[in-house]
Amino acid sequence: MIDVAAYLVFFLCLALIYGLVCLGLNLQWGFAGLFNVGVVGFFIVGAYTVAILASPAAADRVGGFGLPIPLALLAAMAAAGLVAFVVGIPTLRLREDYLAIATFGIAVTIQLVALNWETLTGGTHGRVSIPRPLASVFVDRVNANLFFLAVTLAVVGTADWALERMVRSPWGRVLRAIREDETAAGALGKNAFAYRLQAFVIGSALMGLGGGLYASFIGYVGADDALPTLTFQIWVMLIVGGSGNNKGALIGAVSVWGLWSFSGWFMAAVLPSAFAVRAGALQVILIGLVLATVLLLRPKGLVGEEAVVSRGARVE
Amino acid sequence: MLELRGVTKRLGATLAVDGVSFTVRPGSITGLIGPNGAGKTTLFNTVAGHYAPTRGSIRFAGDEIAGCAPYAIFRKGIVRTFQIPRPFPEMTVLENLMLVAANQPGERFWNTWIRPGRVAEHEKANRARAMEALEFLNLTHLAGQQARSLSGGQLKLLELGRAFMADPKLVLLDEPAAGVNPTLMNAIAERIRALNARGMTIFLIEHNMPLVMSLCDPILVMANGRLLLEGDAARVRGDARVIEAYLGGDAAAAGAPHG
Repeated sequence: MIDVAAYLVFFLCLALIYGLVCLGLNLQWGFAGLFNVGVVGFFIVGAYTVAILASPAAADRVGGFGLPIPLALLAAMAAAGLVAFVVGIPTLRLREDYLAIATFGIAVTIQLVALNWETLTGGTHGRVSIPRPLASVFVDRVNANLFFLAVTLAVVGTADWALERMVRSPWGRVLRAIREDETAAGALGKNAFAYRLQAFVIGSALMGLGGGLYASFIGYVGADDALPTLTFQIWVMLIVGGSGNNKGALIGAVSVWGLWSFSGWFMAAVLPSAFAVRAGALQVILIGLVLATVLLLRPKGLVGEEAVVSRGARVE
Repeated sequence: MLELRGVTKRLGATLAVDGVSFTVRPGSITGLIGPNGAGKTTLFNTVAGHYAPTRGSIRFAGDEIAGCAPYAIFRKGIVRTFQIPRPFPEMTVLENLMLVAANQPGERFWNTWIRPGRVAEHEKANRARAMEALEFLNLTHLAGQQARSLSGGQLKLLELGRAFMADPKLVLLDEPAAGVNPTLMNAIAERIRALNARGMTIFLIEHNMPLVMSLCDPILVMANGRLLLEGDAARVRGDARVIEAYLGGDAAAAGAPHG
């Protein structure tokens, strides 16, 4: 029983971290219509930033400054936001498919850099010994996970609250207007490019924050964490939960990650060991099936899009 | 107020607008008519910044605006409406209007955090103004409805509401009464006069001749991308070139433009 509870805590930490990344994607896609297929790139930039800044010094590795985790997390947001800014400037003026190509390309490039720039990223060995917040206080494994869950809940709760406030502000109203009809919004004085860039940078910063939390939670980040599978998973979470709805993004993250984890355990338990290597592929197929089923039965996701009305324009 | 000199716009192989020069006087309701394909909407799109002119100069209140982006032109004090209404369908009617108000500091995301009081104040003022616009349009009962649920005629009114909200110096109306019934047409004409009386200069494209003749002075006539003539209703009605432009050379003798 204790084991199950302990696992549940571990599971929720990861699910909520992915939920945070999903919130970032929801701002970009759900509210601004930006097709980012390089989610993992921004996630991993955040993860390595925390790894480099917060871990203790090690031979042959750049960084290892031992900075406190909150500072490192802020830097992770800034680094991912900066990458988004640089990618966004040339691409967000163009048609949306260019953003898809550019983000996918940048994510693959970052993965290759992660694999090969060993002094910075540790290459295939990755970067290790990334500390958790207050690691010296919460030494016991169960307590450490519980504390980390509290931290993650606080971060995700704050992000959700802030995003809800922003999409219901006049800024969010302009964002929705641009998503619905860019030409009409432009004729009414709204600079679509500037708003897209802001949504793209803020959303990517949240992805970077998610990556930073992940690195701190697992204590390790390697080039394997930079594979496009994560982008696929986050997209499925958003679509299954319901894009355009922050609660949907979080529910999607928890349910899809639950299914992913359970299916992994199930296949390991049921399949003969000869098939174990292929279990990973089966998992992807399973998630694809779930996605197709949800799209058929509930095309707007489990929760569906919420009709957002800005605070100042509510009508009783 | 608005001054075009030799404005030319090439679209593919055709000269949609070909060396057009004219001035829209401040305070006027200036009409632009001409047969389909004359280049009227292209001219509007060029003034509103959707196209950059191939050649020529467009000056507004002394500034050169040719080639500026649409959002920049709006900020100079020109608002345009669309021939086929372009509301934000998922947003409420009230939001559609509140969005238009310029100078809402809350449209910069950081002000939601550092100046929430000022943002709320502006929202309150904008809401009051939007309610005033809805009253002006007789659409108050639809404030909380999504714009997608509005009828074609109501959407035409909502386009005028945007002009009301923006309080611009110049309004470009692209066929404000196209496809509406006669009662609504009169209501729209009345609103256009009211906007003009509030100090907005109006420049409009319209196919409905009685409406143009009663509302506009002066009237500009375009054909084949060129400006044919400029004058008051009586002059335009009596000019043989106008009849020819609408009906084609041989049929010119058959009668005046419809209406």
